[in-house]
Amino acid sequence: MADRHLAADTPELRARWDAFEFSPAWKAKADKAIAQYPEGRQKSAVMALLDYAQRQVGEETNTQGWLPLPVMEYVARYLDMPIIRVVEVATFYFMYNLVPVGKFHVQVCGTTPCMLRGSDAIMSACKARGMSVGHTTDDGMWTLTEVECMGNCATAPMVQINDDNYEDLTPERLDAVLDALAKGETPKAGTQEPGRHTSEPSGGPSTLKDMVSENHDYRGEW
Amino acid sequence: MPKLTVDGVEIEVPAGATVLQACELAGKEIPRFCYHERLSIAGNCRMCLVEVKPGPPKPQASCALPAAEGQEIRTDSEMVKKAREGVMEFLLINHPLDCPICDQGGECDLQDQSVAYGRGGSRYHENKRAVTEKYMGPLIKTVMTRCIHCTRCVRFSEEIAGVDEIGALYRGENMQITTYLEQAAKHELSANVIDLCPVGALTSRPYAFEARPWELKKTLSIDVSDAVGANIRLDSRGREVLRALPRINDDVNEEWLSDKGRYMVDGLTRRRLDKVWIRKAGKLAEADWADAFEAIAAAKPGNSIAAIAGDMVDCETMYAAKALLGALGSDLLEGRQTGMDYDVSNLAAVNFNSTLAGIETADAVLVVGSHVRWEAPLVNVRLRKAWKNGAKIFFVGPEFDPTYPATFLGNDLSVLGKLPKDVAEAFKSAERPAIIVGGAALAKGALAPALALAEKLKIVKDGWNGFNVLHFSAARMGGLMLGYAQQGGIADIAAAKPKVVLFLGADEVDFSQFADSLKVYIGHHGDKGAHAADIILPAAAFSEKDGTYVNTEGRVQFAEKAVFAPGDAREDWTILRALADALGVSVGFDSFEQLQAAMIAAVPALGVEGLADYGALPKADAKAKVEGMIEAYPIKDFYLTNPIARASVVMQECSAELLHGDDVREAAE
Repeated sequence: MADRHLAADTPELRARWDAFEFSPAWKAKADKAIAQYPEGRQKSAVMALLDYAQRQVGEETNTQGWLPLPVMEYVARYLDMPIIRVVEVATFYFMYNLVPVGKFHVQVCGTTPCMLRGSDAIMSACKARGMSVGHTTDDGMWTLTEVECMGNCATAPMVQINDDNYEDLTPERLDAVLDALAKGETPKAGTQEPGRHTSEPSGGPSTLKDMVSENHDYRGEW
Repeated sequence: MPKLTVDGVEIEVPAGATVLQACELAGKEIPRFCYHERLSIAGNCRMCLVEVKPGPPKPQASCALPAAEGQEIRTDSEMVKKAREGVMEFLLINHPLDCPICDQGGECDLQDQSVAYGRGGSRYHENKRAVTEKYMGPLIKTVMTRCIHCTRCVRFSEEIAGVDEIGALYRGENMQITTYLEQAAKHELSANVIDLCPVGALTSRPYAFEARPWELKKTLSIDVSDAVGANIRLDSRGREVLRALPRINDDVNEEWLSDKGRYMVDGLTRRRLDKVWIRKAGKLAEADWADAFEAIAAAKPGNSIAAIAGDMVDCETMYAAKALLGALGSDLLEGRQTGMDYDVSNLAAVNFNSTLAGIETADAVLVVGSHVRWEAPLVNVRLRKAWKNGAKIFFVGPEFDPTYPATFLGNDLSVLGKLPKDVAEAFKSAERPAIIVGGAALAKGALAPALALAEKLKIVKDGWNGFNVLHFSAARMGGLMLGYAQQGGIADIAAAKPKVVLFLGADEVDFSQFADSLKVYIGHHGDKGAHAADIILPAAAFSEKDGTYVNTEGRVQFAEKAVFAPGDAREDWTILRALADALGVSVGFDSFEQLQAAMIAAVPALGVEGLADYGALPKADAKAKVEGMIEAYPIKDFYLTNPIARASVVMQECSAELLHGDDVREAAE
């Protein structure tokens, strides 16, 4: 994701976000995060606060949320730390969106295991629905990003949409998920393969079969 | 004290040393980019890899590895050689290799180390990363494609300067060093990142494409922009000083230099007085030396002559003027241009007694009337270090941002007589308490009460004298040692109504009080002094003459001549020597050596480089009291405090952009 960049510091941006403040609900969470650290170490809560700020921005804009510069400045003031240190954190982690995103941020994993299991087809399926990498669709619904490994290699290929992972995807299954999301439904997160619960071996266990029913002691058989 | 072997040689290193330091102690050169003695350890350039046993069978970063008992370190093995070549190859992958057009060329760590430790050629044929330039203000030029992400600049601004303004954004190969929204770096020491940058990413903007290091003549000099007396090196080519760089002196400036000291040198070629001028019918007209001397002699000063020294004159000039006045029978000497009249009967009372290096060991500091950050940025760095070591720092005077947490006790000087409880307690429990009295307090007559307070707080202890006066004029301590002080300050001189007043580079004087005198300005810049003068005798700036300077801690230092003065300008002492002839008196010296010998005979301390001994503090007058408020600090504009800086385009830009940038922007809107 080499094209990450900060949104331009325009008068419009300032006009929209300069007055940003945590709503009471998020403020309570923020203060709780700060309270986890010793006095004087409030800066340690910067990652949590940036996340809360992003989520509140998301609520206000009905998207996944992002971090406009004035919001980062607000977080810096809130934690009494230099703004450049906040921006360093926000630009380092990909989970912080630096530019506006859509209601659903579709992050397709393209790292080797997912690629071997067909992430190219997933990417094509997304593109077929009008998304393009690094952009938000005109209706403000979908933002497509290609990301590196999300740690779901056992259920590859996968996408992450906002806070949920959708795994074991095929273009058809992805379409079903996206259709459901578009309709405002909440599709089942996790693996989309019928009969599979989480990341257990697909089609039943191939080793340690005796462990399925009980805690079998294999040591005598070694 | 761990014992270990470096390349088979056994050595003992101090506890807490790193493997890199151990190797250096053993005389081995370890290449490095991110490691810097005065900054925290980052360990991210990987250039300092060495082989260490016991340990994992792979090279280790020596800068971040503590030296331990029984380690076997190899810096000459095949593994180390290969590791260095590998690291260097990776560093050069994204480095543009544009040395021919890079200002760092010839003094570049990356260049030198790639020759010494790199492979012969490149195996990289892909596209290289490119990074957009980042604006960092009028002093720092950036070519960020050259950056190797050592983060020295980030650590400097955070740790030494104390303003978190430079940071590393993004990650991995997209990492970029920048300031927030590319705002200018607003700090008095910002340009030190140029020296720290091991490559050509941060270079000097005013010096861009001016010269190559090997063309320059290097002269050891002393910075005269403030009273710290930072050790500098003047790099000159032909008749022009192209740049000033700090020299390492742990007792004075460590290895930093204020932006003013570094960048006012371009003012040395602007607004110079290079001809003799005489005021005729209210207008200055060009003249020659003989006319000028005749005009001064025609005034028949007799013993009605005074000399007022400016902020940047050397001791030799002041002594030559003193000798001239002495021969004429006058002792009307004064160096405190703005009219200060503090008591100088005991120089220990107006000296920075704790020494500059010592102040960083203080554990409670009370600063009275000094905008330390502007009056002596390098002292502020020391105070910041003291705060890092746990010192409590209090200020009396208008608030400013000192770059470290400090308590401001208000503007009222009467607080010296009755310290708030927490301050008194901090000083009571302090082992090395210190008071710093600044110019704003001296002007209000706070010296005696400060001395009384020092006695009350037991500032002077065994092996520790924490009573400090912070001057901001490079000539001050030397001037006081030479007797450039009247009981009543400059007012005494005005009251004596001298027929002739010699202004030795003095520009900050209220000239109206000498309306009836013949004002002779002996100086180098067409500044306020020249505007008010009746006769202008062009003289040499600090870079154009040998000279002795005494800094605020009483450290006698010698500066060498880098270039010749322009046009008709002469070294100051020769002017005064010729003036003696014109006035028909003998001053007893015909050469600089004789002058210096006479000066040292008169004030022996000026002949010994190092700290002068002023003895013990005087007995304080316990009844001394001071009333009044410190309304403002004497320095209104950090970048324009002396005639050289005022003539410097770079300093004017800095002042306009960094100090008044917001005003300008508001006016434009």
